[in-house]
Amino acid sequence: MNDTSRMAVTRRRFIVAGGGAAVALTCLTVTGGSAWATPAEMEEAINTLIGGVSPRAGRIRLKAPPIAEDGNVVPLTVSVDSAMTAEDHVRKIHILTEENPWPRACTFLLGPQNGRAEVSTRVRLIKGQSVVALAEMNDGSVYRATAAIKVTVGGCGG
Amino acid sequence: MTSRSHIRIPSSAKAGEIIEVKTMFTHPMETGLRKASDGTAIPRDIINRVECTYLGQTVFVAELQPAVSANPYLTFFLRATESGRLDFTWIADDGNVSRDSAELTVA
Repeated sequence: MNDTSRMAVTRRRFIVAGGGAAVALTCLTVTGGSAWATPAEMEEAINTLIGGVSPRAGRIRLKAPPIAEDGNVVPLTVSVDSAMTAEDHVRKIHILTEENPWPRACTFLLGPQNGRAEVSTRVRLIKGQSVVALAEMNDGSVYRATAAIKVTVGGCGG
Repeated sequence: MTSRSHIRIPSSAKAGEIIEVKTMFTHPMETGLRKASDGTAIPRDIINRVECTYLGQTVFVAELQPAVSANPYLTFFLRATESGRLDFTWIADDGNVSRDSAELTVA
């Protein structure tokens, strides 16, 4: 696909592609052993990521559905109040989960070039649990937001 | 062959405008935790890193873990400064690197 045809991808086609992707999803089935992590393990992972800084509340929002029908595709949006200037910007956004098999879900590297500190993605939740978003600012401060998400069909009957 | 990558940006932007960039990449994001029907473990195989450069500068990086859904979908924002190309790279566990790009016209 060349650049010209890329630009011709319509909104409808893009959405259809996403919808088809959701249908094609397979189940997140855990194969024994320690099935999922614990909230304490998530806090440990957070400490490792941000090196002992105490996260503050405020400035960061984690938008998530209160009830996710399909644990395989849970849409999340993280936004941070920041001018995204050289003097004041978000360096990293992390998303972690309390009780998935591993605490870390994803990390985004941002900077003033982004203009707006907002990212979206879709994650898997093996069961209903809390999801945490962290924003690391350029001055070293860290902000934290939490969302509790119920999952109707967790990764395959979870 | 259908492209595995999808990139959506506005067809044009004003200088200084902040635009939304949306991408999706067709990939199973195999967690390594699933078993095949014959009971053998399906090895982990995910896209672990997505990078975007604009005018040759890295403007966005996503580091992904198995918790990210299949067909990883990402959106972020970008300040449009001048016309140029957004180059995307998707890096898989097996070292496979996929690339795609989109042209941004800044009027």
